[in-house]
Amino acid sequence: MNLPIALNRIRSKPWLWSFLAALLVWLATLGFTGGEGAAALTSSALSFSAFFVIVGVGQMFVITTGPGNIDLSIPANIALSAAVGMKLMDSQNSLIALGLAGVLGIGVLVGCANYGLIRLLRIPPIIATLSASFLLQSMAIAYGRSVRIAPPELFYQFSTGRWLGIPYLALAVALFTVLAGYLLTRTRYGRWTLAIGQNMRAAELAGVRVERVRWATYVLSAVFASVCGVLLAGFSGGASLSMGEEYLLASIAVVVIGGTSVAGGFSNVPGLWGAALFLYLLVSMLNTFGASAGVRLILTGVIIIAVIAAVSGRKTLRSL
Amino acid sequence: MNAPQPMTLKKPPAANTVDRAAGGVNRARWLRNALPGISLVVLLATIFIMQPRAMSYMGMNLMLNLAVPIALATIAQMLIITVNDLDLSLGSFISFVACVAATLLNDHPLLGCLVLLGCIGVYALLGALIHSRRLPAIVVTLGMSFIWVGGAVLLLPAPGGSAPQWLQALVKIKTPVLPFAIVVCVVLAVAVHLFLMRSRFGVVLRGAGGNPLAMAKAGWSLLRIKVTLYALAGGFGVLSGLFLVGLTTSADANMALRYTLLSIAGVILGGGEFTGGRVSPIGAVLGALTLVLAGSLLSFIRISPDWQIGAQGAILILVLALRTAVNRLEVRPV
Amino acid sequence: MTVTQAALVDLKGVGKRFGAVRALNDVDLTFRPGECLGLIGHNGAGKSTLMHILAGTLSADSGTVLMGGADVRNGYSVQVARQHGIRCVFQELSLCPNLTVAENTRLTCPGLRDFGWRRKAGALIVATLDSIFPDHRISPGEVVADLPIAQRQMVEIARAFTCVDEHLALVILDEPTSSLDARVAGQLLHHVRRYVESGGCVVLISHILGEMLATCDRIAVMSDGCVVEVRGASAFTHASLVECMGTVSKPQDQDRVFVSRRDGQPPVVEQLPARQQNGQAVAAWPGEIVGLAGLAGQGQSQLLVQLLRERIASGKRVAMVAGDRQTDGVFSLWSIAENISISSLAALRHGLLIDPQAEQAMAAKWQQRMNIRTPDMNNPILSLSGGNQQKALFARALASDSELILMDDPMRGVDVGTKREVYAIIKEEAARGRTFIWYSTELEELNHCDHIYVFRNGQAVADLPRNELSEAQILRSSFQEEVA
Repeated sequence: MNLPIALNRIRSKPWLWSFLAALLVWLATLGFTGGEGAAALTSSALSFSAFFVIVGVGQMFVITTGPGNIDLSIPANIALSAAVGMKLMDSQNSLIALGLAGVLGIGVLVGCANYGLIRLLRIPPIIATLSASFLLQSMAIAYGRSVRIAPPELFYQFSTGRWLGIPYLALAVALFTVLAGYLLTRTRYGRWTLAIGQNMRAAELAGVRVERVRWATYVLSAVFASVCGVLLAGFSGGASLSMGEEYLLASIAVVVIGGTSVAGGFSNVPGLWGAALFLYLLVSMLNTFGASAGVRLILTGVIIIAVIAAVSGRKTLRSL
Repeated sequence: MNAPQPMTLKKPPAANTVDRAAGGVNRARWLRNALPGISLVVLLATIFIMQPRAMSYMGMNLMLNLAVPIALATIAQMLIITVNDLDLSLGSFISFVACVAATLLNDHPLLGCLVLLGCIGVYALLGALIHSRRLPAIVVTLGMSFIWVGGAVLLLPAPGGSAPQWLQALVKIKTPVLPFAIVVCVVLAVAVHLFLMRSRFGVVLRGAGGNPLAMAKAGWSLLRIKVTLYALAGGFGVLSGLFLVGLTTSADANMALRYTLLSIAGVILGGGEFTGGRVSPIGAVLGALTLVLAGSLLSFIRISPDWQIGAQGAILILVLALRTAVNRLEVRPV
Repeated sequence: MTVTQAALVDLKGVGKRFGAVRALNDVDLTFRPGECLGLIGHNGAGKSTLMHILAGTLSADSGTVLMGGADVRNGYSVQVARQHGIRCVFQELSLCPNLTVAENTRLTCPGLRDFGWRRKAGALIVATLDSIFPDHRISPGEVVADLPIAQRQMVEIARAFTCVDEHLALVILDEPTSSLDARVAGQLLHHVRRYVESGGCVVLISHILGEMLATCDRIAVMSDGCVVEVRGASAFTHASLVECMGTVSKPQDQDRVFVSRRDGQPPVVEQLPARQQNGQAVAAWPGEIVGLAGLAGQGQSQLLVQLLRERIASGKRVAMVAGDRQTDGVFSLWSIAENISISSLAALRHGLLIDPQAEQAMAAKWQQRMNIRTPDMNNPILSLSGGNQQKALFARALASDSELILMDDPMRGVDVGTKREVYAIIKEEAARGRTFIWYSTELEELNHCDHIYVFRNGQAVADLPRNELSEAQILRSSFQEEVA
C-alpha cells in the first residue's frame, strides 16, 4: 500500500530532476570560470531554451496521446513558417499582425493536414507527419528562395530584447507554459489527452471524444511549431531553410528528459523548461571545458538513452 | 469486379461464393504486392518518354548511382521494421560509417575494420537493450543518432578525408550490359529475399513481428531474434556507408542524415507495414529506386530542384492512398 | 472404452487461485489414451483454467499432475507438455498472420530443418488438412491473414495434429467448432473419433450439446471450479447435462414483486444486435434493469459498445462500467478521484477550468456512497483492491449525468460482499428512474434484472421478463441443442 503512494509522491514531481541537473551543470560551468559571465550565460540559456520549450509543448501533447504518436513535421514547419512570416511582415512594423495571422493560419493548416493523413490514409502518425514534412520542406525552399528578408524592427526588438537581463521572449514563454500547464491538468481537453494516452479504449468507453482530441493535439503541435519558426526568424534576423533542423531531435529530447512518459498518458510542463535549460547549459559547459562538438553530441545521446533506460522500469508494458 | 460477399456463419457457403471471395482477396493481394513495381515502371516509362537519352547504359548509371546506398539503408531499416521497431539513427549511423571509412579505414585498415565490426556489435547490443528493458526503439535510436553524429564529428570535424582506393575502385566497376548499380540492387533484393522470405531462419524472424506471443509460446527466444535483426541492420548500414563514401570519395559528418527518412519512406513505398512483420525486401529495394528516380524525373521535366523533396513526399502520399484504396477492395475476413 | 489402460495424465486434487478467487478447487480428472473426454460447464466454471494448466501455460497451486506415474507439477511448462505429446488449440489464434500456412507449420515443427523444408512443411500440413477436412481448398502458400477465420481455425487445428519426429498423445480442442460451419465441424468431429480410435486422447470443450454427446466417450461437468460429475457420454441426455451444470441451490431472492415497466411510454433504448437476423431488438424502458445473458463472448459486449458509440456520436448521454478493468476501465497512472471524474468533467468546470474543490467533493461523495475503502481518494487507483477498483468504475458511471448506464459484466472477480453493496445501489438508482443494461455471465445476477435477453452467436435468441426467468430456461437457450 505504501510503496505506490510513495512512488506517486516522487512521480508527481519528476520535473525536479531536470531542474536539478540544469542547476548542477550551471554551477559546474560557473565553478570552472570562477563565476565569470554568470549573467550572460543565464540570459542566453533562457533565450535559447524558450524556443525548445515552445516546440516541446506541442510535441509533449502529441506524445501524451500514446505510443506511436509523434510529430516529425516540426522542422519543416518551422522553416516554412519563418519564411512566410518574414515575407508577410516585409520588414514593416505595421505588417507584424498580418504576418502572425498568416503564420497561425499555416500552423492550423499543417495540423489539419497531418491529422487528415493519419485519419484518411489510416497510416501511423510517424509516416503521415513525415510525408507532410517532405511537402512542407519543398514549400519552404520554393517560397523562401528569394532574398533574405529582415524582420520588422519592432519584432526584432521583441525577440531579442531583455528586461533586467531576462529576455522578453523567456518571460512570454514562461507565461505560455503556465497556460499550457493549466491546459494539461485543469481542462477537459488536457484530461482527455492524458486519458487517451493511458488507455485509448478505456477513454472511449468513458465517453472521451478520442478523434476530436487527437485532431486538436496535432493542430496545437503544428501551431506551436509555426510560432516558434517566426520567433526564431525574428531572433536570428531572418528566415533560413536549415533553422528548424535541430528542433526535431531537440523537441523529443526535451519531452523525454523533462519527465514525460514516452508511452503516453503521463506528462508535465515544467520539466520542459528544466530539460531545455539542461540541454543548453550542458552544451555551454562542455564548450567552456573546451570539449569538441563531437563530445557534446555523444554526451547528449548518452544522457537521452540513460534517462529513458532509467525511467522505463517504472511502467512495464501490459503483458498479453 | 465481383463484389465480395461476406460469409454467413453456420451455413455452408455456396461454392461459387467462396471462389469469388477468394478471387477478390487474391486480386487485392496481387495488386498490393505489385504496387511498388508498377509505380517504378510508370516512373521509368515517364522518364524515358521525357528524355530518351536516359535509356542508355550511361544514362541509367548516372541516374541510379546513388541508389545503391539508399537501397542498402532501406534494407537495414526494413530489418528493424520487421520486429515492429523503427531506427531513427540510421542516417547518422551511415554518416559515421562513411567518416570511419574515409579516415580510419584508409589510414589504419585493421583498426578501421575493427571499428566497423564494433558498430555491428553496438547494434546487436541495442537490440538486446530495447528488448530486455522494453524501451521504445524510437527514443533509444534518437539518442543513438546524437552519438553517431558526435563520433563522426570527432573523426572528421570538417568535410574531407579520403575513401580507400580499393573501395573507390569497387563501386565504380563497369559491368557488361547492365550498369553496376542495377546489378547490385538486383543481387541485394534477391539475396535478402531468399534469406528473409524463403529460409527457415527468415520465417522465425518474421514470425516474431507477426505474433510475438505465439512465437514465445512455441519456444523461440525473442531476445535472440531481435539481436539478430539489429545486428543484420547494422551490417547493412555499414555496407551502405562504405558504398556511399566510395562514390563520393570524401566524407562529411552530416552527409547521410536524410537517409533516415528516405529509408523509412522506401520501406513503406515497397509495401512494408509498420506493424505485424509484413515486409518485402524486393519491394523495399524498388521503393528506394522509386524515390531516387522521382528526383531525376523532376529534373527532366524541369521542375525546380526545390520541389524534389516535396515530390518524394507527394509520391509517398499517393502510394499510401492507393494502398488504402486497394485494402478497402480486399475482403476483410470476418 | 478400455478401462484397464494406464492413464496418460492423472490430475489429483489440483487447485488454482487468482487472488481471492478460487478458479479451481480440488479437481480430480484422468485422461486416458483412446478416449475423447468432454468438458462442459457454464462461464467461469474453470474449464479454461484447467486446460491452461494441462497445456503448461498456467501452473497449478496445489495437487499433483501425474504423468507416467511421476508428479511433474513442479517445473511443468509448455515445453514439458510438448515433450509429453500434449498439444493445444486455444480459442485465441496462435498463428502468425503475416506468414503462410506452410511457414506457420515450420514454427511448431522444429524437425523441419533441411533444404526443401518449405515443400515438406506444405506437404505435411496439406496431408493433415486432407485427412481432417477433405475439400478444404487451402493451399500451403496462402498467407494466413488472407484466409477467412474459419480456414484459419482449420489450419490451427491441423497444425496441432501435424508433427515431425515427435510423439503426439493428447490434443486439447477448446471450442474448436465455434467458427466452423456445420459441415466442416462434422468433419472435425469425425476425425476426432478416428484419432481416438487409433489410440490418441482428445479433450473437447464445446457449448453445442449434441456435438458433445455424439463425440465424447466420457463427459466431465464442471461448476464453480469443481468437477461435479463424470459419466460415460451415453449416461447423459441433453436434459441431464443442463441439470448437472446448474447450481443446486434455488435462488432465494424473490422478495421483489415483479412489475413490468413496459407500458405506455416509448423505450429509452431499442438496439438491434449487429448480427441479428430476425429483427429482435434489445429494448429498455426508463427505470428498468435489463440483463443480457448467455455464454461469454456471444455478442453481448459488442452490443453494448455499439450502443455506446452510437449514442455518443448522436450526442446522447451514456456511461459504461467496464468488466475487464485492465484493458477497458482503469486509467492506471491516475488517482482514484481522477478516475471517477473523467466522465463528468463538463459538470465540474468553474469558468474555463476544472474546479479541484468540486472534483474533491465529487470523489468524497462517491467514496462514501460506494464505500470505497481507502484513506485518501488521491491515492493511485492501483493501490485499491480489485473490488474497490470496480467500485470506482461504478462511481465513474453513476456520478455522470447519464440516464442510461451500460454494464459489461462488471462483477468479474469481485468478492461477494462488494457485490451485495453494488446490487443495492443499482436498485436504488433504477428506482430513481435510471436505466441499466447489464451483461452478466453469472446466472444469479440475472435475478436482479427486470427483463433478460439471452444471446447466442451474436443474436438475442430469447427474451424473458423476470417472472418467466428460470436457470434451466437460460441454460437451454445458451447451449445450442443440436448442430445447426
